[in-house]
Amino acid sequence: MSTRTFKVDYLARVEGEGGLYVKVKGDSVLDVRLNIFEPPRFFEAFLRGRNFREAPDITARICGICPVAYQMSSVHAMEDACGVKVEGPLRALRRLIYCGEWIESHSLHIYMLHAPDFLGYPDAIQMAKDHADVVQRGLRLKKTGNEILSFLGGRAIHPVNVRIGGFYKVPEKRDFEPLVESLKWARDAARETVLWTGRLPFPEFERDYDFVALQHPEEYPFNEGRVVSNRGLNINPRAYEDNFAEVHVPYSTALHSVLKGHGSYLVGPLARYNLNFERLSPLAQETAREASLASTCRNPFQSIVVRSVEVLQACDEALRIVDQYERPDRPFVDVQPRATTGYGCTEAPRGLLYHRYRLDDKGTILDAKIVPPTSQNQKAIEDDLRRFVGKYLSLPQETLGLQCEQAIRNYDPCISCSAHFLKLSLDRQP
Amino acid sequence: MPQKPKVAVWKFASCDGCQLTLLDCEDELLALAGEVEIANFAEASRAIAKGPYDLSLVEGSITTPHDAERIHQIRRASKFLVTIGACATAGGIQALRNFRNVNEFISIVYATPSYIETLSKSTPIAEHVPVDFELRGCPIDKGQLLEVISAFLNGRKPNTPRHSVCIECKRRGVVCVMVAHGTACLGPVTQDGCGVICPGCQRGCYGCFGPKETPNTRSLSGWFGDLGMKEQEIVRVFRTFNAGAEPFRRESEAHEH
Repeated sequence: MSTRTFKVDYLARVEGEGGLYVKVKGDSVLDVRLNIFEPPRFFEAFLRGRNFREAPDITARICGICPVAYQMSSVHAMEDACGVKVEGPLRALRRLIYCGEWIESHSLHIYMLHAPDFLGYPDAIQMAKDHADVVQRGLRLKKTGNEILSFLGGRAIHPVNVRIGGFYKVPEKRDFEPLVESLKWARDAARETVLWTGRLPFPEFERDYDFVALQHPEEYPFNEGRVVSNRGLNINPRAYEDNFAEVHVPYSTALHSVLKGHGSYLVGPLARYNLNFERLSPLAQETAREASLASTCRNPFQSIVVRSVEVLQACDEALRIVDQYERPDRPFVDVQPRATTGYGCTEAPRGLLYHRYRLDDKGTILDAKIVPPTSQNQKAIEDDLRRFVGKYLSLPQETLGLQCEQAIRNYDPCISCSAHFLKLSLDRQP
Repeated sequence: MPQKPKVAVWKFASCDGCQLTLLDCEDELLALAGEVEIANFAEASRAIAKGPYDLSLVEGSITTPHDAERIHQIRRASKFLVTIGACATAGGIQALRNFRNVNEFISIVYATPSYIETLSKSTPIAEHVPVDFELRGCPIDKGQLLEVISAFLNGRKPNTPRHSVCIECKRRGVVCVMVAHGTACLGPVTQDGCGVICPGCQRGCYGCFGPKETPNTRSLSGWFGDLGMKEQEIVRVFRTFNAGAEPFRRESEAHEH
């Protein structure tokens, strides 16, 4: 009996460096490995000895695609350590800047990284030759997300205005006017995006995932909430490490996460959507239904529709925040360090992002731990592929290889965060 | 029709933010793709065209033995090689390892250090191969990126300033945060290019565009001392995203006792 191998040496249209290796014998899948060969950068090590106020700007550099997520998880962890809660308009502005990042990051993935798979193009630029208006809409939507980031943060990548306790400077109510115009257009475009992605052809594939996401009593989650799952997990973010473990495997510079007693689990848009559907705005819920997306969705290929629903949610939420905004008297609240440990979990575009810092009484970081979403999803990606390849082994090698890549891109994996990737190898033994 | 110039984008140790800047050119991207062939840009396309390339944009620093080899292949295949961002130009935030023992760092992060292959230092591209131009910033500025691409494809020198953030603050009438509020600011020794966004939101510049030409870091450190900053704080201020840039490295080491 000979074996068949699929290899993708360098996975394209993902943020980072990685590859995939699949080994098949007859009709059984022997091995699936997601190789992440992004060079390690040791953030948790060099954060030791830094001042706690530096964490938002330093950890932002873990990922240029979702720097706000790192800024948000770090400020929340530090405020948790120091016993401070940021409320009112400052809290709302944090949600607004997160809306900007979701819109930017999701639009990039939907239109430029993922849609070309469904429509059979190598990239969005080639796709634009036949679908110019679609790509233009995606680019403008993405630009609206960046407008929010630049408006509130000073620039789109590694914004400079976020600090522990709030912001360095907050806008006047009247400053929002141009943004409101963009956002109204974006909300309509996001609605069209949901309906458009809803009509894409999806491979038939479902899996009974353990979904994990934040859950807030009223809001669709960004910065706050308990960590919950569809299997009964319901914990304070402080208990994260009691319930999840990181494993170091030889073929990856990204650590794998497991939910203790359960194994692989899924974070990100699909998990948030399934656990928080009723917290979406009425417009987002109604549009999801119109696109034939049920309130429970277990097909990872449909994550592109779910991501679109989240873009719509973010546009809707951003407009609501701007409408209700009253400028606070001070741009930040005072935060004084104390010798303790702080925990923060927020929802990065790709899913749950956990930070934990131990501080001394001067605010020096003694110890840091960061668990990014892509490392949490690595095992779920491998499990998807094992199942997917098993189900579609009769497909020609090239088609199956392409669909495996697409299955990985379902997760919008961001490998610079979790260290990077993609290299696909499919080893077939008949 | 003459062949379009081939542009390639390469990644080393980095956050992807500088190559994302190219995709953030939402208004210009399709026009740019009409003028050049984007021949290798893994973050954006599956289609990879073989070299040689007219212009290679290189993001990230060299931190592994494999990458130290790979950059030579890229240089050989490229007519012009431009580094984009603080990682490729100064070693990036990951160059903080250069001041410590990397094995200690590995064992802090990874349970099985033997699985990890890494170099003891994070170094800029120019320490490995000749570089035609270094574009500064953490991240780079989108306007400057388009200027550099356009300049190289038209055989001219890029028009990017080497003067300080201070000059730009004065030009824009931004109130000096150090003089007016006593906020420590790296503006006097940092190259302009960001649009003075930090002083613009009332915080001090943190030097993400790296040292300007002929920076007087020693004098600035004296002023920081007068503001009440301790030696260790001065070390940290110079030791962030451009910690490996020569003037910042020297200044941080001068305050480490």
